[in-house]
This record gives sequence, C-alpha cells and structure tokens, in this order.
Amino acid sequence: MMASSYNAKDEDGHITVSGPGGGTLRSKKPENTAFKQQRLPAWQPILTAGTVLPAFFIIGLIFIPIGIGLYVTSNNIKEFEIDYTGVDMSSPCFNCSQNFSWNSTRPCTCTIPFYLDQPYESNVFMYYGLSNFYQNHRRYVKSRDDSQLNGDTESLTKPSKECEPYAFHENKPIAPCGAIANSMFNDTLELFYNNPNGTKSEIPLTTTGIAWWTDKHVKFRNPGGNNPNLTAVFQGTTKPVNWHRPVYELDTDAENNGFINEDFIVWMRTAALPTFRKLYRIIQKKNNMVPTLPRGNYTLEVVYNYPVRSFEGRKRMILSTISWMGGKNPFLGIAYITVGSVCFFLGVVLLIIHHKYGNRNNSADISN
Amino acid sequence: MYSFERLFRLHSGKEHLQKKRIVVPHSTEDEELSELLKLYKGNKIRTTKYSLLSFLPKNLFEQLHRFANVYFIFLAALNFVPVVEAFQPEISVIPIILVLSVTAVKDIWEDYCRFKVDHLINRLLCHVYCSTQKTYVDKCWMDVRVGDFVRLSCNEIIPADMLLLYSSDPRGVCYIETANLDGETNLKQREVVSGLPLQGVEFTPESFCSRIECENPKNDLSRFRGYIEHSSGVRIGLQSSNLLLRSCTIRNTETVIGIVVYAGHETKAMMNNSGPRYKRSQLEKRLNMDILWCVVLLIIMCLSAAIGHGLWLKNLKDPVFQVDDETSPALAGFYVFWTMIIVLQVLIPISLYVSIEVVKLGQIYFIHNDLALYNEQLDSRIQCRALNITEDLGQIQYLFSDKTGTLTENKMVFRRCSIYGVEYPHEENGRRLEVYEAEKNEAAGQSVTLKSGCSGKSLSYRSLSCNRSSVSLHTLTAESAEEDDQVSSHVQPRTNAFCSRMEVVPDPQLVRKLKLLCSPVVHLSDCSSGNTSTLELSYITDFFLALAICNTVVVSSPSQSPHEASEIRTPLKSLEEIKQMFQRFSFSPFSALTSHSPPQIEDSPQSRASRDTKTNPDMAGQGVENLNREMDSDGDTHSELLYEAESPDEAALVHAAQAYCCTLRCRTAESLLVDLPGLGSLAVPLLHILPFDSNRKRMSVVVRHPLTGQVVVYTKGADSVIMDLAETPKEQTQKHLDSYAREGLRTLCIAKKVPLLEEYDVWLKDQLLAESSIENREELLLASAERLETNLTLLGTTGIVDRLQEEVPETIETLQRAGIKVWVLTGDKQETAINIAYACKLLHANDQLLTANCGSKNACAALLEELKLEVQCGEGSMTDLTARVESSSGSVAGFILVIDGRTLNWALQEELKSNFLELTCRCKAVICCRSTPLQKSQVVQLIRDQLGVMTLAVGDGANDVSMIQVADVGIGISGQEGMQAVMSSDFAISRFKHLSKLLLVHGHWCYSRLANMILYFIYKNVMYVNLLFWYQFFCGFSGSVMTNSWVLIFFNLIFTSIPPLIYGILDQDTPADTLMEQPELYQAAHTSKVYVPNMFWITVLDAFYQSLVCFFVPYFAFAGSDVGELSFGSPINTSALLIILLHQVIESKTLTWIHILVLVLSGGSYFGFVLLFSVLCVTCSPPTNPLGVETLQMSQPLFYIICILTIVMALLPRLLLRALHNTLHPSAVLKSDQMDRMNAGKYSRRMLCWTRSHSRGNRLSVCADNAGLEPSVAEVVS
Repeated sequence: MMASSYNAKDEDGHITVSGPGGGTLRSKKPENTAFKQQRLPAWQPILTAGTVLPAFFIIGLIFIPIGIGLYVTSNNIKEFEIDYTGVDMSSPCFNCSQNFSWNSTRPCTCTIPFYLDQPYESNVFMYYGLSNFYQNHRRYVKSRDDSQLNGDTESLTKPSKECEPYAFHENKPIAPCGAIANSMFNDTLELFYNNPNGTKSEIPLTTTGIAWWTDKHVKFRNPGGNNPNLTAVFQGTTKPVNWHRPVYELDTDAENNGFINEDFIVWMRTAALPTFRKLYRIIQKKNNMVPTLPRGNYTLEVVYNYPVRSFEGRKRMILSTISWMGGKNPFLGIAYITVGSVCFFLGVVLLIIHHKYGNRNNSADISN
Repeated sequence: MYSFERLFRLHSGKEHLQKKRIVVPHSTEDEELSELLKLYKGNKIRTTKYSLLSFLPKNLFEQLHRFANVYFIFLAALNFVPVVEAFQPEISVIPIILVLSVTAVKDIWEDYCRFKVDHLINRLLCHVYCSTQKTYVDKCWMDVRVGDFVRLSCNEIIPADMLLLYSSDPRGVCYIETANLDGETNLKQREVVSGLPLQGVEFTPESFCSRIECENPKNDLSRFRGYIEHSSGVRIGLQSSNLLLRSCTIRNTETVIGIVVYAGHETKAMMNNSGPRYKRSQLEKRLNMDILWCVVLLIIMCLSAAIGHGLWLKNLKDPVFQVDDETSPALAGFYVFWTMIIVLQVLIPISLYVSIEVVKLGQIYFIHNDLALYNEQLDSRIQCRALNITEDLGQIQYLFSDKTGTLTENKMVFRRCSIYGVEYPHEENGRRLEVYEAEKNEAAGQSVTLKSGCSGKSLSYRSLSCNRSSVSLHTLTAESAEEDDQVSSHVQPRTNAFCSRMEVVPDPQLVRKLKLLCSPVVHLSDCSSGNTSTLELSYITDFFLALAICNTVVVSSPSQSPHEASEIRTPLKSLEEIKQMFQRFSFSPFSALTSHSPPQIEDSPQSRASRDTKTNPDMAGQGVENLNREMDSDGDTHSELLYEAESPDEAALVHAAQAYCCTLRCRTAESLLVDLPGLGSLAVPLLHILPFDSNRKRMSVVVRHPLTGQVVVYTKGADSVIMDLAETPKEQTQKHLDSYAREGLRTLCIAKKVPLLEEYDVWLKDQLLAESSIENREELLLASAERLETNLTLLGTTGIVDRLQEEVPETIETLQRAGIKVWVLTGDKQETAINIAYACKLLHANDQLLTANCGSKNACAALLEELKLEVQCGEGSMTDLTARVESSSGSVAGFILVIDGRTLNWALQEELKSNFLELTCRCKAVICCRSTPLQKSQVVQLIRDQLGVMTLAVGDGANDVSMIQVADVGIGISGQEGMQAVMSSDFAISRFKHLSKLLLVHGHWCYSRLANMILYFIYKNVMYVNLLFWYQFFCGFSGSVMTNSWVLIFFNLIFTSIPPLIYGILDQDTPADTLMEQPELYQAAHTSKVYVPNMFWITVLDAFYQSLVCFFVPYFAFAGSDVGELSFGSPINTSALLIILLHQVIESKTLTWIHILVLVLSGGSYFGFVLLFSVLCVTCSPPTNPLGVETLQMSQPLFYIICILTIVMALLPRLLLRALHNTLHPSAVLKSDQMDRMNAGKYSRRMLCWTRSHSRGNRLSVCADNAGLEPSVAEVVS
C-alpha cells in the first residue's frame, strides 16, 4: 500500500511538470533571468571614509595646481577701468550728465584724462560697462523681434507684439523694434594717446569682430538679402524713438550697417547681470616691437548721449587684455585653491577617522 | 390609441422591472410580455470604458479629476495672461499635454485589451433555440437574449444566467464548475426546476409556456429567488440550485437546456466583476504633507519675489529698461507673483505622481516575476491586485493571520474518532501521517507534490482532468488573454491540489467491531463476552452512515459516463429482506445477521485478504451473485469515486467513511446510494438538507432510514454547538474532544435524532412554507432548521488533522524577528488554536500564556486589569533575568494572550478598549479564537486606528474577507476555500511562507526605493528651481530666467525624468539574501525610517546648498564680465544636470549597467539637445533664442572650469557626510553589507553561532498533530 502510493506520488509529480496537454503548455513560472530576479551584477558603492579618501586626495592634488594656474593667468591680465558717468561735480562729464534727455539733439562731449601705469602688450579690448542696468528684466528681454532682425520683410513691416510699446511710432513700424533696440547704448568713445611731446594721437579702434560670428552671419540679417541700398530696404519704417539716426545709418560700411551693425548686435545680446560690460572696440596689436598701449597718459573723449542717472546707473570704459580663460577674474583661481586645500585637509581627516573607526566596523560583531 | 396603450404598457413594464423580473420564452405570443423581454439587457458585454467618440471628452473629464492635472492646466492657462506670461504660451502647455497624453495612451491601451477580450467573448457561439426554424442554431453570445432557450453540452461554458429546464441526466441534475467565478474547482450540483416533465426525454421548447418570475439582478452569487408559474397555475419556488451561472462550465452532464433569465451585464458573474482596488499608501499620505510644504515654500518664494519686485520698482525712476512704466509697484508685484508661480512651478513635483505610478508598476513587475514567490505545484505566481501599496509591505508592524488554510494546508485528513464514548486512536493512521511528515522534511522540494498526491488516485485525477476541457472563461474577469491561456492549461494541477484525498488507515479495533455487524461467527463470541453491546454497534453504524451522507459532497466517477455513475443500482437485497433485517437489527440484530447477512466486507486491505475464506454457506444465491458483482466492481468503481466537497472537512469525513466501507456511491436530489458493510448498497431517501451556515455552525440531513424506515436527522457540526444540543452527552466523549483539541485536531460532532412522526409533520409544513417564501427566506429557513435540530443523540466525534503548511514556523519566527507582531485570529477552539500556535512556533515553551475567557463584561474588565498587573510584574521580574538572553537571541520568553470570541466582544467595547490595547501591546503575540469574521475585522481596525500602526491581514477564506479589507495590506491565500479572500485582497499568494520574502525583501526594497526616489525627486526639483530663484535677485525679481524655455521645460520632463524611475525600480539598498538572513533589518529600516520629516528637510537644505553653489560659482566667475543671459545660464544648467545625475550615483546603493546607461543617456540627451538647438534654432523660441550660445560656451575652457568646480563643491558635503556617517554610525543595513564582503569562512562561522543562539529552546516539532506537544509546558493563567 505504501509502495504503491509512492509510485503514484512520483507519477503525480511527473504530471505536474509535463502537464496533461503535452508540450503546448506554458507554465506561469517566472523566467529565471538575472534581470527578472533582480540579480544583475551591480557595483555597490558604499561610501565610507576608507573608500572616499583617495577621491579627496586626488581632488585636492588636481585642484590646487589648476587653481594656481588660474590665479596666475588672471593676475597676468591687465585691466583698466574708468567711470565717466559724471556723478561728482569734479568729473568732466558732470555737466553732460546733468542736462541730458534722450531727445536732445545737441551732442555733449566730455574729455577724461587717464594714465596707464603699465604697457598693454597684446590685443586690447575696449569695453563700455553699465551698472544697475537691468538688461535681464523679463519684459525688456522679450521686447524684440528675432524674425525682423533676421531680415524677414514681413516682420519688418509688422513687428511682433512682443515689441510693444516700441513696435509702431506714428503708425510706422519701428525697425528695429522693441525696448532693447530702443535703449541701445549710443555714447561714442574715442581714445587718444598723449604723446610725451604733448601731441595727441588717436588710437585706431577696430569696430568689427566684436560680435559673435553666428550672430553676425546667421542670426542678424538685413532685410532684402544683399541689397546694398539699405535706405530703400528700410523704406516705410521708422527709427526707434530714442535713436538719433535710423538703423541704416549706423555705419558707413555696408558690411556693418543696418541690423548687422556689430555695436547693435552686441547690444542686442542681453547681459545676464545688472552690472555688465560690453565689447566696444578692439585695439589691434600693431607689431611685436611696440606694445599696443604703451605706458603713459591717455585721453578718453566721450560723446555723452546715454542717460543713466534716472536709475542711478554708472557708465564705465574698460581696457583689458584677455587670456584663454577670458577676462580678469581672480575668483576661480582662489576658489580652486580653496576647494583643493579643503579636500586635501578632509582627506587627512578621513584618513585619521578611517584608521580609528574603519577597522572597528569591519569587525563589528552581530552577536554582541 | 394603440401607441398610447403600448406606451402605457411599456411604462407599466418598466415599473414592473423595478420589483421583479418576469421571463417567458422568447417566442411568446403575448405582445406585452415580449415588449417586456426587450427591456432586459442583452447578452452583449462591454467592459470598455470608452468608445471611439466618447474617448476624448470622457478621458479628459476623468483626468481632470486629478488635482495634479488641474494644477497643470491652471499654470498653462496662467501663461496665456499677457501680464504674467513667463514663457511662450505654447511651451507651457507641453507638460500638461505630455502628462495627459501619456495617461491617455495608457488608458487607450488598457481599454483596447478589454475590448479585445469582450469581442472574443461576445463572438463565442452557443446553441440557441430558434422558434422559426424549430431547431437549435448557432448564435453568438452577444445575440442571446433573455427568454432564449440555450442548449449546452458537456464542458461548454454557460453564456448567461439561465434557469435549468432540462438535463440529460435522468435525475434532472447537472454539474457545473465555478472556477471561473470563484476559483473553486469542485463541482456544484444544479437541479432542474421541479415539476417539469420527465427528464431524459428530449425537451421541447415549444411546449414550455410557463412564466418565470424572479428577483431583479443582484450580485449575490449564492442567492436566487423566484418562482415559476406553470400554465396550470401551479407555482414552484426557484432557488440558486436551479440557476446556471454565466462563465461556469458544464461538467459530467451531456446536455442541458435552460432559459436565459439574466443576460450580459445583469448576470451575476458580471455584477461581481469589480476592478482592481485603490488604496492610498501610508507613504503617499506623508508625501502629500511634504507636497504641502513645497507649496508653502513656493508661495514664500513667489511672495518674496513679488515684494522684492515692488520695492525694486519703487526705487527706480523712469529707467530706460522699464518697458511699461505705468503700472504701480504693488500691481507689478502682484503680477510678478503669478509669473513666479509659473516659473517655479516644478517646485511642486506634480510629475512625481506620474513617476510614482510608473515606479510602482515596475516594482509590481519584479514582485510578480519573483521565482521565490512562485508555487510550482499550483503553478501560480503572486498576484498583485492593488498596484499602489507596494511600499506598505515594508512597514508592517502587525500581522493578523487566519489559521485554517493560512497557517495550515487546509487539507483535512481524518485522524481519529470516538464513538459511543470509546476512543479509537487510529495509531496506524497517525504513524502513517507522521512518516509522511518526515518524508516531507527530507524532500522539502517535493513536499507539496507529496501532500497533494493521493495514493492510488492520481490516475483518476489525470483522467478527470483530461475529461475536463481546457476551455476557460477566465477572461471574463477582465484578465489578459495570455493569463487566460495559462490558467486554462493548468486546470490539472489546480484540480489536483484541490481535492484532498488521503488514505485513512482504519483502526483495527473499530474494524473488528464493524465486522461484528456482518460476521455471525465473530458476533456470537463477542456478544457473549459482552465487549460490544448492541447499542454500541448501532451507534457505530449510524456514525458511519452519518459520515457518509451528512454532507453535500458531489460524487463523480470520471471513468464512467455520468449516466452510468448515476444509475441507481438495485439494492443487494429485496425490500422484503431489508425490512426483515431492520427488524432483527433493531430488536435482535445478531440473530438476523446470522441467517441473512452476507459478509460483504470491503473495509481494510487486511480484512479484504481474508474475505474469500469467510464464505458463508448460508448465503443465498443472490447474495453470492451480489458479492461477486461487488468484487468485480471493486476494482473500478471503488477506487474511482471522486468526492468533491464544499469544505475539505466534508471530503475528509466521506473518505474516512469510505475507509470503513461506508461508501457514498452516488447522490441524486431525492436519494443517496450508500454501501454499508454487510448490508450492501442501500438507497437512502433524502428528505431535506439543512445546509451549513456559520451561525448555526452545523448542518443536517433528514433522511428516511433505509433500514428502519423512520425519518432520521443526522447532524454534523462544531462540538460547542452539538454538545449543547445533544441530550446527555457522554462525559467520556467530552474528554476525548478536549484531548483532540489539545492535539490540534479539528473536532466535529456527529449526532442523530429520530423525530416523532407528528413532530416531523409539523416541522415539514413550516419548512415547506419557508422554502417557498420569497421574502426573508433565509431567516425562516434558519429558524426552521433550528427547530428540528434539538434533542440530538450524540453518536461520536471525529478529529481531523489539518497540517501546517511548509516552513510556517520558520516564517513566523522570521517575521517576529523582523519586529512584526503576529496575531492569530481563528474561528477554531481555544485548545486547537493554542496547539497550532505551539506548532508554528508562535508560542514557545518558556512563554507565559494568559488566557482570557469570561462570561460578562464586568468579569472581562476585572480580568483585563488583573492580566495587565500580572504582565507588569512579569516584565519586572523578567527584565533582569532575560536581558542578556534577549540581546542575543531576540526570542525571549514573553506573554501570549489567548482570548476567546465572547471575551473579545467585551474587550472590544469602548470602555475596555484601552485596557485591552495596553495589555496586547505588552504581549508578544495574541491568539483570538472562536472569533467571527466581524470580530476579526474589528480587532484589525482597533489596532490600526488606535495604535496607528501598519497592519497586514492574511487569510484564505470568505470569513477573512472583512479583515483583509480593513487592514492596510490585505493578503489572500489562494487555497482551498475559493477565491473570495483573493478577490478582496491586495496581494494573493499561494503559501504562507511567501510572506517572508514578500515583506522582508520586496517590502523593504519597495519602501526604501520609493522613499529614496521621492526624496530624490523633491531634491531634484528644489535644487533646480532654486537656481531660477537666485537669479531673481539679479534681475529685479522680474521673473526672468537665464535659460531657454524649452530647455527649462525639458529639464524636468526629459533630461532628468528617467533616472529617478530607474532608481525607484532597481535600487537595492541591501542584497536579498542578507535581508532574508537577518530579518532584524526589516525593523531597523523601519525604525530608522528613510522617509521622515527630518529627511525631507535635510534633503531640501541640501538642495538649497547645491543650488547656491551651482548658481553662485558661475555668478562670481562671470561677475562684471560681458556674459550674456543665455551664456550665463549654460554652465549653470549643465552643472545642475551633472550634479543631479551624480547625486543619484552617490545615493544609489547599487549601480547596474541599466543605471549607467540611463544616466549616460540622460546626460547625453541634454548635451545633444542643447547643442543641436543652438545650431539649428535661428529664429525659433523668440525671446531666448539660443543660437550659437551653447556651441560657443562649450568650446571655451572657462565653461568646463566652472562646471567642474561647481560639481565638486556641490557634491562635497553629501559625499563627506555619507562617508562620515557610514564610518562612524554604520546602520544595521550597512553592517550587513560589510558582512557580505567579509571573509566568507569567518562570516559563516559567526552566523552559525548566531543562529544557534537564536534557535535555542525553539526546537518544537513542526507537525501540528505531534502528540508530544502539551500545553502544560506553559503556565496557564486564569
């Protein structure tokens, strides 16, 4: 009886496996794959003092040299800055700044002398800087029509509503429309080197090459394709309210006129922060023998058009050489050195901790 | 006029609909009635939610019910208001469109699956009678209408709820399998409506002109009321036994014909079809709290921006960059507030809800696919019915378990019995069961097969299952077609597991006594010795007769056609002879036996061997013939009888009776055919069945005794009830009962009653009245049954073994070590419950047992106080003693409260609740016995609500449903008692042991994964949004952003959306093996909760820090330079993305190639997108045109210098703190991780010591019926 029952059981088990229907059966048994059984080979990063301390040392060892390099590079950059807003009574531009309005037609000029105590060897970049100017204001940033600037003729006559209230003036479409274009920086800056012999020589300033290549060649285009007669192209439009000249009279050079005027392009790329500088001119290096800007006295002549007093803004002129990492900025170098040192220090602390506690844990007993 | 009348009729018909349903054949001449029939729903089913047209509006409407989507739409709409507009309006609708369309696609797909299944079912064919062609024609299911006659053959599926009118079975019964409906694989008998023309003769639908009146569609499967009114005006009551339910399968009957009464969605099957459950998990509740904090944070940030903007404007006088200078500062501030809400919208992690759903789907996928939760024998995986409470599995503190079928197998095996006060220990039987147990332990892998294997019966199983077609309509429950195939193809193992068949080895003493009945030789000697009195013999006979007939077991023999099986064989003896025998039996049975009884013994194998020698020379020729016939048939009929019972106990008892040759041969509606030893096959006219119900706790059959002709009531029921009802129960029997209970046996009492004729007549009248009443029939039937079941004569008791499932003690121990309090709530007796508790190691030898049984509320109150004091004292004395033990082993001697149902009732009342709770909190485990389903749910509710803990209820039967529904997590065990528990559960498993992996591994993982994912998600959003916020300080709080708006929107939607999902689905903070080996980790993870308010704020703080670094490093690097707005945003965005991705690398406990791939792809997609965008987008995305920005930036070394510095600075603190924390305060989880890495030999040695110390003193036997278990080991208090 028992024996027979065993046989039956075996048979039973066999049936369970093969099933009554033969091979057509599909078992519900889950597949035994590493993925489905959650047994994928995995890297298990357990962060302990022991495992992370090499990382800290490595970070420290890499960061400190980089930081030093950055710091030195930054220090080698020469930079000169002069504020010509004319807030103080003593400032030469005080008068200009006082009696100013956007609509004044009579240009106000002021002359500011300055002294460079070291020669600028390579190419010198000349910037104008504005402070407290919120070019990143939400409504301001939006106030432009990219299609118009891209040379779209339809947008030229029908500026986007984003440009409001600077889309139409006296029922004529404004070109370029919008608040950004309307508020374009329109001071003229000129540099003179005061020769030791008393004469002034004007320093040649390059007006091109200051905008991004993509902006100049792709993003900004004059309407009407390569039609050199911009006056005709902009027929039927009007200049922005604050402008003194229409857009097609920004420059005499056809390659730098209209929407593709580089000063205009630079202005249209809105600054990220309320204190910013924008590239104005480049002083090209002449040859290897003479420094671009030798040591000595200079004069900055400003045609003062741009009002900033209403919002307590400041205007500056900046001369700077640049390096591979851009303009002068000691912050990155210091930050790298600091972070690197902190990492190194923490690495040491972790090493101590690891020696003191790390081993204890490994032998930590479950049955204690 | 006609139309008006028609309208009126229709109206009245509708009114009629509301009360009752009238069904007549479809071919009826009566206009009114056929109009009425048209009002009923057709059989076409449509479970889809949408149609092609209604999809868009309906789906949108449904989706807009979710708060998250409304929020999205609000934001999108806000962006269309010009003054507050932050991005271009078309960009801001992307998130909402994306979310809506993802959900819509999911809904369409689900609906399409449902549609396919519906279509399949609607197109199934069946034979419907066509009145014009006068024949049965094939029709699609969907064309079947109420009033149609449907003919079905064996193994066909019933297309609609029909009234059974004809069965090819001459007895007018047919069998249906309701597996598709409730998962029960046993056959249920259905009867033809009584009073119909003779069965067996072909049924002619034309001649049927009766009118059926029944109740309106209800979802109660077991209830059907109505009557049929024949043309003669006779009304006959209809019951659920006349109803064939849709989606059941016809078995063992060649042809049946029925008339459709409910069709389509009005069938009981469809009305019972409910979708998956929606429960809100605990974690989600807390998450909502944190989301609220995020809202507060958002409002604070927006407010500060608004105020800042107002102040900033106030100090400006007509600046050139001010576009519209008319607005007052206050109004501008107000506008900025809304602008900022749009800009900072991702701070409210709305997409988190979508992500959580996806993560949970992934977790469910892995749970569903776990091999460890797969039961090979039943071929069933775990079913996850609730999709959104996976993480609750990792938080369980209280586990409420049913006993029968949950801890035990619910495979009942007759173990021993006591008749007439005499115990028959069935030692051989017990030994066999124990040997069996040992085998099981040896071959653990095969244990289930062994258990379900029934010696000598497997052949018949196989043939049975071959008989059964594998067509299944499981699809009716809206499961996928694939699922359906799998279910249907595995009918066999399921059937196999269901019928519990165990050979019972008869007790020799009892066999000897039974033999007396038939063997005159033995009788004489025994009679003289006075060992066995006549009375005792008649008790024994009655006892076995009761075992065989007092049930609702369905007999089938698969090898024979149903006709053959059901053929009533003529009794062995002529009526005359029987009468004669009866008279001798009752007055002087032995003399009668001497002369007339042929020794047809077919009891035990031993006796069978000697049977041939016992040829009685006095035997009549007929007797010899009969004997031979029986011998011949013995080979096939006997072994091939299949009993399918409603409860396993019944099957066990019938099998036990069979072992003593009291074989139930077949059953019809009117009579039962029983083989009795020495008497041969007897037809027992069945008068009534008073079915089992949980209130009465008993069932009875009323039969006319085949020998005496008297009306006899046989009652079988719980001992507590029967002992009360029985007249003068034997003291001895009570003792036996107690000892059975101590052994952990389920006890049942068998009693009989011979009512006086007048008494019976009176009762019969009431009973018939009750049966035919439509209103409150149940109550009347109950009362009627109770009237009859009085003054019973106790025949004897039976003890049935219900063995523990495999690995139950280990699982319970593991769960307890995991800090889960295990309560057992059972309807069983106290002794049984305690014994099972011992067996499954819930109770240890050194535990102190507190029992609470009291009769009144006051007593209960006093008792609770007393017990509380005792526990306090006990704790005081024990702490010193066991402190040491506790720390090492964890299984310290504790208090176990045993409380019975009555006392529980008092304890659950308002005044005693707190005392009860306090007491139970101090107890290691609580056992509630004799508890009703309601009490079970009350207990769960009490603990859940008062203690605020996470509860889990596990059960397998209908009586556990309420408990399962009340608990936070309800787990159903798909076992022997149907599918009600499974249907109402959140997860359905097939074995109790699966709980440990489900909770310890999947619960732990799911919880930690989800909690970490949520934290990470919040971190990610806060971190990114803060970058935008810091920028406001430098743009006059005007709501400017330094990024292209597409990048901004995609940052959350695309670039950083997948990594958290992977993190939430795949991360494993601890390996599965470690979690299983050290259940303590479950508790550890639970107490040092990952997701607590602290963690939320730490995460937010860290996010703040990182965003500060991420913003201000570029800020200082670019301060005063000629950087443009977008150029400034470029390194910020890039480093934020890399920080967010690397942050996940730090937080992840495991990194697989999937992680790496997703991280790389996420980063890659960002770089790819922005670079392409900055090359191709010439005039698109107007205000923030990115042309040339990224290409230029990424070609400059400064960009990388800034990014590297930012990333290192941002991640440094978290890296450092993680390392320090892990080194100085390693969590339990981490310790175990390190353990894994330790030297393997050292580790296993240590583990060995550890488990040894743990299992000390826990070496109790696994087997529930181990006689060595004595409750006296524990001190029984009170």
